[in-house]
Amino acid sequence: MPHDTILETRGLTKEFKGFVAVNDVNLSVRRGSIHALIGPNGAGKTTCFNLLTHFLKPTRGQIFFDGAEITGTPPARIARRGLVRSFQISAVFPHLTALHNVRIALQRKRGHSFDFWRSEGVLAEFDGRARELLADVGLASFADTPAGELAYGRKRALEIATTLALEPTMLLLDEPMAGMTHADVERIAALIKRVAADRTVLMVEHNLSVVAELSDAITVLARGSVLAEGDYATVSRHPAVVEAYLGAGHA
Amino acid sequence: MATPTPVAMTAAAGARRFALGFVVLAGVLALVPFAGIYPVFVMKALCFALFACAFNLLLGYGGLLSFGHAMFLGTAGYVCAHAAKAWGWPPEAAIAVGTLSAMLLGAAVGVIAIRRQGIYFAMITLAIAQMFYFFYLQTPFTHGEDGIQAVPRGRLFGLVDLTSTTAMYYTVLVIFLAGFAAIYRIVHSPFGAALNAIRENEPRAISLGYDADRYKLMAFVLSATFAGLAGATKAIVFELASLTDVHWTMSGEVVLMVLVGGMGTIFGPVVGAFVIVGIESYLSAGLTLGSVVIGPEWVTVITGVIFVACVLAFRRGIVGEWLAWRQRRRPGTPPDT
Repeated sequence: MPHDTILETRGLTKEFKGFVAVNDVNLSVRRGSIHALIGPNGAGKTTCFNLLTHFLKPTRGQIFFDGAEITGTPPARIARRGLVRSFQISAVFPHLTALHNVRIALQRKRGHSFDFWRSEGVLAEFDGRARELLADVGLASFADTPAGELAYGRKRALEIATTLALEPTMLLLDEPMAGMTHADVERIAALIKRVAADRTVLMVEHNLSVVAELSDAITVLARGSVLAEGDYATVSRHPAVVEAYLGAGHA
Repeated sequence: MATPTPVAMTAAAGARRFALGFVVLAGVLALVPFAGIYPVFVMKALCFALFACAFNLLLGYGGLLSFGHAMFLGTAGYVCAHAAKAWGWPPEAAIAVGTLSAMLLGAAVGVIAIRRQGIYFAMITLAIAQMFYFFYLQTPFTHGEDGIQAVPRGRLFGLVDLTSTTAMYYTVLVIFLAGFAAIYRIVHSPFGAALNAIRENEPRAISLGYDADRYKLMAFVLSATFAGLAGATKAIVFELASLTDVHWTMSGEVVLMVLVGGMGTIFGPVVGAFVIVGIESYLSAGLTLGSVVIGPEWVTVITGVIFVACVLAFRRGIVGEWLAWRQRRRPGTPPDT
């Protein structure tokens, strides 16, 4: 595997009963890039994410991350190796404050937290870093608000702050812009650009102007297979892509 | 099922409030022998309160509904009673070995049970508990229907004669308070914080690198251990280990205590245990209201009605509703919309 490829899949396939969700996908993500995975609904994008992080077991195929095979590695261990995902629906701990949401991720640095005899006061050492991370995503004034009470866009921002707390080598963002207002989209896009400066991002996104603006490379999936690959200019002119998005007759 | 009450406050303020509540509770309970309250009733309530707190650790903070927790209460009771009677062990050693047996059983059952969630978890724990019930019914050392009777209370550390009700009472009180404080510490430890996150959103916790199953197993073993401590202590107090403590109705009763008192609250299970044990003791002699006589056979019906009323009207339980009421009265920031 070439050294500048951080994530690679070979023949990745997922079959559900009588239906192939992901079919022989060979994906190659360059280290330090923002790579977008796009495609019409049901193309297998989220399934792909679930396979990469082993929330689903692939039927066939191999996955390599950072020079090692991670096919079959349990999801928590994949996260600890530095490949961290977000979810399509906002994934926060609703009854915890924003500060504590981020702190749960920072707490991972202590290794396993099986020390049930110690006071949670020891976790206060992470408060400073947690506040910094919240400030980075514009949530400084919401540190003590329960996450469940935050507006949708802020929940997504909190989720990104929590993910960044792990200092992952690579982020998998599942539709980071879904359901966001225009102002939120711009803020999160700027944030993704900033965090991608020293790490790799693979994202599923429907908002094509965001994809055009942010991504260095794009993979188009349709019905579980790779339809096209390349930068935005190449991909957007690809006849098969135009057909998949707009239907036959527009090509 | 009601969700645990979120009470947003700083860790330091929470710890101060717990310390205050703990001191008040300890003070009130320490005065019981002087207040003319029947100490045996309070000892029974304290054993069940510790059992309920142990159960709450798993249900309220781990989000796991076990329907077989009687197996830990009962197993520890049998082992403790056997050690004290057949082997002549002193009470502290008998209680320790009883507690240890529940811990080991918790580890074995936990490994199997935590692989499933929700109703399947409840059913697996119930099925395993029933296996143990029938085992204890048949095996000779438990003496079947008779139970292990006339368990000697002995001398604590060879010094304190536990046949004295007062000495026994304070021993039970110290065990309860130590167990209760330990459970508070577990809930409010780095482990408790991780467990709480896993209960709130398990896939997210896994995606942050937490091995959810290992944390749940740890919670299960800790819960079984404290349930065992309660069961072993109870066997010494009542000089008896019987099938009642391994029966499935006991597993149901502890669910009731925790729900009535307030799941996911520290003091809730204690309140719930006192309420349920109080009702049972009060009605066991029958109750006369004018010309109407309510016999002891109505205990189950009345506790059933309370259970239904709690689930319908006070979903957070007594302590949970009280905390929520205080939260509403406090002028807070309106939710961000």
